[in-house]
Amino acid sequence: MSKKSFRQAINEALRQEMRRDPTVILMGEDVAGGRGGSAGVTDAWGGVLGVTKGLYEEFGATRVLDTPITEASYIGAAAGAAVTGLRPVAELMFVDFVGCCLDQIMNQAAKFRYMFGGKARTPLVIRAMYGAGFNAAAQHSQALYPLFTHIPGLKVVIPSSPYEAKGLLISAIRDDDPVIFLENKVMYDEEEEVPDEAYTIPFGEANLTREGDDVTIVAFGRMVGFANQAADRLEKKGISCTVIDPRTTSPLDRDTILECVADTGRLVIVDESSPRCNMATDIAALVAEEAFDTLRAPIRRVVPPHTPVPFATVLESLYMPSVEKIEAAVTATMNHRVVEKV
Amino acid sequence: MQIARETLLRSYRAMRTIRMFEERLHVEFATGEIPGFVHLYCGEEASAVGVCANLTDNDTIASTHRGHGHCIAKGVGVAGMMAEIYGRSTGVCRGKGGSMHIADLSCGMLGANGIVGGGPPLICGAALSHKTLGDGAVAVAFYGDGASNEGTTLESLNLASVWQLPAVFVVEDNGYGEATAASYACAGTQRARAAAFGMPYIECDGSDYFAVHQAAGEAIAHARGGNGPAMLHVHLTRWYGHFEGDAMTYRAPNEVAEARRDHDCLRLFRERVTQAGLFEGSALDEVDAAVADEIESAVLRAKDDPLPQAPDLMADVYVRY
Repeated sequence: MSKKSFRQAINEALRQEMRRDPTVILMGEDVAGGRGGSAGVTDAWGGVLGVTKGLYEEFGATRVLDTPITEASYIGAAAGAAVTGLRPVAELMFVDFVGCCLDQIMNQAAKFRYMFGGKARTPLVIRAMYGAGFNAAAQHSQALYPLFTHIPGLKVVIPSSPYEAKGLLISAIRDDDPVIFLENKVMYDEEEEVPDEAYTIPFGEANLTREGDDVTIVAFGRMVGFANQAADRLEKKGISCTVIDPRTTSPLDRDTILECVADTGRLVIVDESSPRCNMATDIAALVAEEAFDTLRAPIRRVVPPHTPVPFATVLESLYMPSVEKIEAAVTATMNHRVVEKV
Repeated sequence: MQIARETLLRSYRAMRTIRMFEERLHVEFATGEIPGFVHLYCGEEASAVGVCANLTDNDTIASTHRGHGHCIAKGVGVAGMMAEIYGRSTGVCRGKGGSMHIADLSCGMLGANGIVGGGPPLICGAALSHKTLGDGAVAVAFYGDGASNEGTTLESLNLASVWQLPAVFVVEDNGYGEATAASYACAGTQRARAAAFGMPYIECDGSDYFAVHQAAGEAIAHARGGNGPAMLHVHLTRWYGHFEGDAMTYRAPNEVAEARRDHDCLRLFRERVTQAGLFEGSALDEVDAAVADEIESAVLRAKDDPLPQAPDLMADVYVRY
C-alpha cells in the first residue's frame, strides 16, 4: 500500500491485467506515441496525459497499438477484436470524440449479444476523459455518461478516486460486456492510498462515503469529492448527510439509493453532465416513482445549465457544480416546509 | 488454378441454396407473413461463394444488410436462418436479430449488419485478433459500392494497411447504393482507393464463379501470407430491389432481364462444368432437387416453430448485469 495518483492507479491496473492475461491489449491515439517520428523514440507520450506511460516498453508493439487519428476504425476494430478473442482496452482520449465513432459503440458493440441471441461476448473497455474544469471548452469538456447509460448493452463506470479507479478498471477489463470507463481529467494528480496488489470493485454496488440522518446526496465521479466537502461544512451547521457514490451508472444500484432516501427523506443529486436527461433526472424519476411517500422535501438537482461548456475561467466556474452550490441545495431542502392544505 | 471436385460441388450447392432461399423469400415476403424487411442477394451468389470457398471456419467474415448469401456461403444453417427471418425462437439468433443481424460466430460469421459501412472496422478487429493470436486466419469484409464511400470503410482501409492486418476488403459492386447509382455516388475508382492505401487490388466478373474464386484466392493468399490487406472488387448485378417492395423505378426495364439472361452465375457454372465433363447435368439436377427439399422443409418448419416468449425480451442484453 502506498500513495498513488489517479493516473498511477489506472496505469497499475492496466499493467497488472496485461501481465495476468496475454489477450489484454491497448489501442488508441498516442497510447505510446512517437512511432515514425524523426527522434526515433517510442513511448514518447504514453497517452496524451501520460496515463499509459511505460506500458509500451514492457509489452511492446503487439500489445500497445498506436492508432491513426481515426476513431471509427479503431473503436470498431476494438469491438471486432473483442468479439473474436481479445480483451481490448481502447482509449478514446476525450469522450467528446465519441461523435466520430458512436455507431461502432452504440449499434455494434452494445448490441452484438442481444441481436445474436446471446451467442456473443464482447469484453471491450473504452477509456475516455470527461469533465469540465480544464478550460478545454465545449469540444473537450463534456460529461457524456448519460449518453452511454441510455444504451442497453453498455456498462458505464465513473471512478471517484484513485482507489476506486484501480479496482473498477480491473473489474472492467475482466468483465465480458462492453464497458465505458470515464476518467475525470481534473483528477489525474489526486492521490490516496492504493493497494499494490490487484483487486476488483463490483459494478452496481454503490459506495457510501459517509452516512447521515438528514439528507442523501448522490454524486458521480469528481462530484463525490465535492459532495463530501459540502457534507463536512454542513456537519458543522448540524446537518448530517449520507453521500452515495454509485460508481457505475449502468448498472445503477437503485436499492441503495432508495434505502438511503427512505432513511433521510431528502435527496440532492450532483451531476456535472448537461441537465436534460442526465443521471440527476434519471434518479429523480426513480425516487419519485418508487419512494414518493418517503420524501419530506422536493428533490434538488445540482447540475450545470443547458449550455455548452464555456472556455473562460469565470464562465466555466459559473457553469460547474461546486461545493457551495451543493451546500446551498442541501440547506434549501432542509428549509423546505410542507404546507398542509386546509 | 485447379479447383477440387468436392469444392466445386459444394460451391454449386451453396449458390443454388442462396438462389432458392432468396427466391422463396421473395414469394413468402409478398404474403405478409415475414416481419420487418429483407434485402435479397439473388444474382450475386458467385461472389459470396467464390470468396468463401477460399476460407475455413477459423476465418472470419463480416457482412451487410444483404447478408443471406454470405451466411449460407460461410456455413450458417439454412433452417436456423429461415426461422430467424420468421422471428422464431429457434432462429439462429433466437428471433432477436432478424434478417439484418444473422450471425454465427461458431463458423466465423460476424454478422450481417444493418449499418452501411458497419463491417469494415469490425473486420480490422477480427484480423487483429487473428494476427495477435497467431492462428493463421484471415478476416474478410464484404461491403457494397455504397458502403465503399463511408468514412468507416476508408478509415478501415487505412488502419488495416498501417497495422498490416490479414484482412481482405471485398467491394460487392452491384451498381446501386439503394436507389442511387454507383456511377453517380462513387468518385474516382476502387482501384485508385486501394492504391491510395497501399494495398493490392484485383477485380473480377461476379457472375463467373471461377473468376471470383481465382481472384479471391489471390487476395486471401496475400493477406494470409502476412503481406497486409488486399482489396477485391467484384462487379455484380442485383436481380431484385434494394429491399423487397422496391419497384425499382430507377432501373431501365431491360437491365435485370439482360442480367438474368446473360449473367446468371448458376447457368454459367453449369455450362462450364458440364462442357468440361466434370459433372453430368443430372448430378447437378440432383443437387437442385435436394436444395429445393431443404428450403421447403426450412420454410414449413419456420412457420410452425415456436415464437419467442416474454422472458426472452429481457434475456441476453448482458453476460451479467
